[in-house]
This record gives sequence, structure tokens and C-alpha cells, in this order.
Amino acid sequence: MDFGKLFELVVAASLINNFVFTRFLGLCIFFGVSRKMETAVGMSMTFTAVMVVSAALSWIVFTSVMIENSLYPGSPDLTFLKIIIFIGIVAAFVQSADTIMKKVSPTLYYKLGVYLALITTNCIILAVPLINAGEGYTFLESMAFGLGSGLGFALAMIIMASIREKLELANVPAPFKGLPISFIIAGLIALAFTGFSGLITL
Amino acid sequence: MFDIQITKIITDILHIIQVFDINQIPLPLIGVGAGVEAKEYVDIKGTLIFAAVFLIGISAIFGLGLAFAAKKFSVKEDPRVDEVSEHLAHAHCGACGYAGCRQYAEAVVMNPDVAPNLCTPGGSASAEAVAKICGKVMEETEPKIARVLCQGDRSRSARRFKYEGIMDCKAAILASGGDKACIYGCLGYGTCFRACPFSAISMSNDSLPMIDPAKCTACGICAQACPTKVIEILPMVKEVLVRCHSKDKGAASKKNCQTACISCGICVKVCPYNAATVDNNLATINIDKCRVCGLCAAKCPTNAIMDYIPRRSNATITEKCIGCHKCAKICPVNAPSGELKKRHAVDEEKCIGCGICTSNCPVLAITGTINYPEVAEAFKAKKAAMAKAKAEAAKAKEQTTSA
Repeated sequence: MDFGKLFELVVAASLINNFVFTRFLGLCIFFGVSRKMETAVGMSMTFTAVMVVSAALSWIVFTSVMIENSLYPGSPDLTFLKIIIFIGIVAAFVQSADTIMKKVSPTLYYKLGVYLALITTNCIILAVPLINAGEGYTFLESMAFGLGSGLGFALAMIIMASIREKLELANVPAPFKGLPISFIIAGLIALAFTGFSGLITL
Repeated sequence: MFDIQITKIITDILHIIQVFDINQIPLPLIGVGAGVEAKEYVDIKGTLIFAAVFLIGISAIFGLGLAFAAKKFSVKEDPRVDEVSEHLAHAHCGACGYAGCRQYAEAVVMNPDVAPNLCTPGGSASAEAVAKICGKVMEETEPKIARVLCQGDRSRSARRFKYEGIMDCKAAILASGGDKACIYGCLGYGTCFRACPFSAISMSNDSLPMIDPAKCTACGICAQACPTKVIEILPMVKEVLVRCHSKDKGAASKKNCQTACISCGICVKVCPYNAATVDNNLATINIDKCRVCGLCAAKCPTNAIMDYIPRRSNATITEKCIGCHKCAKICPVNAPSGELKKRHAVDEEKCIGCGICTSNCPVLAITGTINYPEVAEAFKAKKAAMAKAKAEAAKAKEQTTSA
């Protein structure tokens, strides 16, 4: 096993190709939940966990059924169905996680349960399995990519939440109050994140 | 006509399927490129069947799995929690002291010590419903409202220095207690205005928060947010309040603010119900004793006492008047006048509608004031009690005579 490659994947997914700042995905949750540090941290934790597990589940289904000749010799190519299937997998996983968590660990449920429902239809969650399928990653690589993406999202959320908490008190010109100034700040952080682009050459 | 067209299309499609093998249709080249390789031959029929089986199979697995999880990991929840939750205001304001409406609903159902009337935005309607569902005894919820107990806006109050920082009261108070000369008053940077979840607070042009009584739910978030604690949650019916928190000596207060309480003690003298007191250079009105007559507000030399009732209805003297002249004697503004044993009249200009005459009239001849219904009821009760006592006395007398 090549741990160097896995580490590279984590770094690449979290810093270089940060989903929020480089690929501009998941912006609805990014702006919706980053107003308070507490919710931002809760959301990031749930997000990372769901991302890793859904990446693994999607990889299993994708490689064992959907690729040509994978289920049995001559089984047809179903890769054109990947968007629908991945959404279904993520939704089913999130829903069952919600049910099981409520029973097994109510305290965790009250902390993170609110965010679970929001995650189901998030674009980053869907993008991770799609990219995994497109790049042809192995099982461990897929999970590493999911973990890296989750960490990158958490980093973005925490940076944004800490800025926006201070922004509450700042003297922002009236037309920029609320979301507009947040978009400007996100743009500035995205500019800063381009500095990572030469970190690793894959 | 339309039906014929549809049936024609369907028969056409069926015909095509019957005549042609679907796999014989030439593949379009759309979608090829950008990483997708063109294939010489695709088994469309096989793919369709396999895709259908796969989709049905995977959805069946998910569906059964979820159904199994829902059954196996089902959490028994009291159905009353949902019912209670429906009756709450769902503002998630936290006025009840719980994290959200759901948490309060759970607490109120599970814990017998949690009162059913904690949802202030929901008001008495929600409290009643919650009490009914939980089988709890509901205490009467008095409608309350947030009151800003300061009138020192920018034009009326003096400033010690020019504050040029973050425009928020919590930040301004860090600069040696704020820029206002009076350290007890409203700073006017709108922390409460931003904190209010119901947008019931607006800032006046002179930076004083104004509360919209129609929108305010008395959740208390503004009172918590205010760093000088100048906002208080008070019963809605108590509409005469000392709108000043200054504990400075009279002269200092007057220098700092035009509408400050200078602790002159006039309110203490004029109050007919002994509700006003002056402690620590500040007048306070005991809201339990206050009968909202508005006399202190009318007499206050600096207008520090505010009467929230804009205009009280004047007193009028009816034909019942026996001309005892009592009203003229007790009236604080000398509005009633008239000769003894003749019907008196009230000077509309002078009357402030305090209702003191109404409550003191021996024959209930004065109407129109704010306290008339209350006084009339008390009068009736007194009369009934007296009649009852008289009847009892007569009965007792009868018994003694017969014995």
C-alpha cells in the first residue's frame, strides 16, 4: 500500500482542490451554516463522516456492479447511471444513519442530527463519488479522497465562521450587509487558496 | 381527435418495436468524446434489462433496509411531544430556557415540574393548549412586553466624548462605560434592534429603540442583549413607568439628560395609591400598587415618567350626582366644579382622566375614565354585600322576635 499517494490525495483534496474555494461546490451550506462557529464545527464533523462512508459505499457498488464485465463476464456498462445511483446510496445511507443514531446515541443525534437531513442533497457529497468513479481510484484512495474533501470543507467552514462572527460587529456598508460581504470574503479566501496550487504536482 | 392521435402514436411505436430489433438501430454519436469512448456495438436490450433489474434491486435493498432500520431502531416517543410541538410558536427564540422548541416540548411532557406557559411568543393560547395536552394546571399568563426604560436619545442627552468605534452597544460600553454622560441610559447603537428575532424593535432617528407592541412577544432576548440593562420585560397593562434608570444625584442627572429623573419626589406626593417611591436618587413605581391613573406622569417636571396611554378619556358626571363636592376636593388638577347639592361638571381642558374621582364618588356618578368598569364592579359587589348583610340582619331580628 502506498501511504504517500493516500497522503497526497488528502492534501490535494483539502487544500489544492478545496471544494468550496477552488471548485465552488457546496456553497449553499457553506453560506447557510457558517454564521456561528458552533454550528460550523458540527456541520463539518457530520459532513466529513458522511463523505468518507458514502465514498466507500459508492465505490463498492460502482466497481462491483456498474463497470462493464464486473458483476459477471459480459455484464453491461452502467456508468451512465452513476448520478442517480450515487444520490440513492447517499440518501439511503444518511437516512439509515439518522435512524440508527437516534436509537444508539441520542446525545450525538441531538448534536449532529439537524445537519444530517441537510447533507443528503448536498453537491459535494455527490461530487466525491463521481470524481472517485471518474478518476478510477481504488477503495482506500476513494476513502482518502472523501476524508480530504471533508477536511477541506471543515477548514473552509471554520475559517468562514470565525470571520463572520467578527463581521457581525464590523461597520459594513449597507448594500454589502449579510450575504454580499460574505461572498466577497469567500472570493478573497479563494484567491489565497490558489497559493496552494503548486504544492503537489500530481 | 386528440385520442386518435395518441393511439396512432402508440400503435406506431409498437409497430417499430415488433418490426425492428432494437439492437439494430444505429447508435448516435452524441455524447461521445471528452473521455467517453465510442463503442462499435452496444447491447441496448441487455443494458436496458440489466439497468432495470439493477435499479429495482438496489432500491428494494435500500427500501427494505430502511424499513428494517426504522423498525429495529425505532425510538418510542411520547405522541404528546409532537402534539405539544405543534402548539409552540416555533420561533426558536430560547425564551423558555431550552435549546429549541422541540427540546421544550420534550421537557414539558416528560418533566412534571416544567411549567406549560414558558413559550412566551406563543402567548396564552399556546400555554392553554400545552397545559391541556400535558394535563398540567395552567397559571394565567399575563401579557407582557419589553419596555425601554430610558428616553435619553441623542438630542436630549449629553455625550462625554465622541465615540468612533464599532457601532454596537456592547462594544461602545467597553470604552469607559460608553460615550453617554449618563452611564445608566440607553447607548443607542442598536444591539437590541439586531437581537430581536421578531423585528419588533426599530431605532428612532435619534437612536432610541422603539418597541412595536403588536410584534413584541416578550421573549426577553433584547433585555438580555442590552449591556446597560435598560430594557425590562413588564406587564403590558402597567402603562405608567419611570423611563429613567439614572441613579445620579438630581443636579447631575439634569445636566446629563433633559428627561432624567431628578428624584424631586413629586410623584411620591401625588400618587394616591402610594405606589411611587424614591430610592437611590431614582423614582420607582411599584407595579403591584400602581393603578395606572397617570397622575405622576402628568405632574413629573422632567417627563421622566411616561404614560404609554396617549390620551385618556375624560371623566363625565352623570345625573346621579348628588352634589357632595367630594370630586372637586380630591381632584389633583381641580377639573370638577359646581355648587353644593347641584350636579357638578368636569372641565374638559383640565381633566387628565386619572379616574381618582370615579373611585371616590359615593354614588358612582362619574363615568368615562379608564378605571370605570373596575370601580363599577366593586361598587356593585359592595352594594350586593350590603343588601345581603341587611337581609341577614332583618332575618336575625325576625328570628329573635319570633323566639
